Amino acid sequence: MRVSGRAVIFGNNINTDVIIPSKYLTSLDPTELARHAMEGIDPNFPKKARDGVIIVAGKNFGCGSSREQAPIALKYAGVRCIIAESFARIFYRNAINIGLPILEAPGIRGEVDEGDIITAVLNEGLIINESKGKVIEAIKLPDFILDIIADGGLIEHLIKVMRGGQC
Amino acid sequence: MGGMNISEKILAHASEKEYVKPGEIVDAKVDMAMINEITGPLAIQIFKRIGLERVWDNQRIVLVLDHQVPADSVKSAELHKIMRMFAKEQNIPFLYDVGDGGICHQVMVEKGHVRPGELIVGADSHTCTYGALGAFATGIGSTEMAAVFATGKLWLRVPSTIRIDVTGVFGEFVTPKDLILYVIGEIGADGAIYKAIEFTGPTIRQMSISGRLTLCNMAVEMGAKTGIIEPDEKTIQYVRERTDKPFRIFRSDPDARYEKTMEFNVDNLEPMVACPHSVDNVKPVKDVEGVEIDQAFLGSCTNGRLEDLEVAARILKGRHVKKGVRMLVTPASSEVYLEALRSGLLEVFVRAGAYVCNPACGACFGGHMGLLAAGEVCISSSNRNFIGRMGSPEAKIYLASPATVAASAVVGKITDPRRFLEG
Ligand code: SF4
Repeated sequence: MRVSGRAVIFGNNINTDVIIPSKYLTSLDPTELARHAMEGIDPNFPKKARDGVIIVAGKNFGCGSSREQAPIALKYAGVRCIIAESFARIFYRNAINIGLPILEAPGIRGEVDEGDIITAVLNEGLIINESKGKVIEAIKLPDFILDIIADGGLIEHLIKVMRGGQC
Repeated sequence: MGGMNISEKILAHASEKEYVKPGEIVDAKVDMAMINEITGPLAIQIFKRIGLERVWDNQRIVLVLDHQVPADSVKSAELHKIMRMFAKEQNIPFLYDVGDGGICHQVMVEKGHVRPGELIVGADSHTCTYGALGAFATGIGSTEMAAVFATGKLWLRVPSTIRIDVTGVFGEFVTPKDLILYVIGEIGADGAIYKAIEFTGPTIRQMSISGRLTLCNMAVEMGAKTGIIEPDEKTIQYVRERTDKPFRIFRSDPDARYEKTMEFNVDNLEPMVACPHSVDNVKPVKDVEGVEIDQAFLGSCTNGRLEDLEVAARILKGRHVKKGVRMLVTPASSEVYLEALRSGLLEVFVRAGAYVCNPACGACFGGHMGLLAAGEVCISSSNRNFIGRMGSPEAKIYLASPATVAASAVVGKITDPRRFLEG
């Protein structure tokens, strides 16, 4: 499983109120949410992300509330993968569950500049910085999480498993 | 093998295992699941996509309307409607609608939906609050909640645990909120990601359930999966008054394993304030005294309980909120509201010029009421001071105890509540 895109860089402790402010949470429409992705920190983000990007961020990405609208807004804005030094746990789970690939890679901030072309090889836990010709190791996701991502999210995975009669 | 701590024991029990260790992934059975109207409608929508007709157990789901009540827009009214229809369709008896509940976390503990030893999930990050009653409780997202509705199960990684051992006696107008702010300042906003935090020690044993709820509530502000406190007589009494359902008490073994133990003594603890724009930017109140405020907010699942209103009322009684400052008081639930009404606290607030709001998330949520304009400053008893949390991204939020909020409201500037000690 590989995803590629241009890197957009963020710092530490990017919280869910910044990713999608409370006032938009009355919407259940992912494209509407996407229009306000990262509004609290970079109102231009949806424009930047439109053609597919990879977020590279610092520590504790996605801290704050349990709002799944945060990874949804990012996914529909065009984010193909998020790589961070570390994630807040609910955000981490939410991203996986909606099928947004996510990788933890300590030290990543020092290895990538804004605009670099990045390829994430999910099943191997590797990140390739194509622009700099470098390979960076990430923490490999456990197999059952890779299965969820490959199926497109927890629900799709669950439906598949249930149909298979294993549930 | 070594002993297990309370979190490990609850997770072992929930996954029908003798023994679990940190890092292990378990498939655990959920005892109770809670949604509110912000995360719930999405969970309901996703549940429907799975195509199942019935939830796994309609007696184990609680629905609460609290973030935008009463509905402030047609859009939120629609979300409320989805919640009501789902409760009806699935025959779920525990729907706390406008007027009969309050903030979801307060409702969960107050109405007896949290019992020691249980595994509880809520589609809200402050679900960790319930650890105060010796349950293992954690926040999850909407998709996971849909999966829980379908299967009653959830995968969890057994967290490693940081033990926080507290000794000493709080000074006057120094409260559990000041302790947890201090602890967050020490550990940092990302210092406990994926971990559990267990509070132990004589100060915790002395502490009321209300204070314990405040501590566990803010565990997530350090990234923790949960905060937890071993149940004792106080816990059992609190729970027994609210439910007759059976429960199991788990306690940490004497040789239980902890990633580390941190010791805190509160004898000389001062009132603390978390400064903009992060919860771990914590300073003693004396370092920020004098900062002018526009709004003072007393409420939220952190500090909207009777004890919190009482301490604020001690300062506000016979005094008036400073002209030019607005103070909002939001009791955490209808039950708290009623008690505050009976005991005369609400009158103290109204006479002091504070605005008493309906029991709900209120200004804490920044999406419904009491929002801040650009350049404004708020001192709040809630749990988050992120940019834009309470309205404009150009507003500033300081977090403090109910006593500090009340003292600051009277003076119009951030103020050490101990200045109001009598005698
Ligand atoms: S009071 Fe604030 S923190 Fe608590 S549940 Fe409501 S919005 Fe969340």
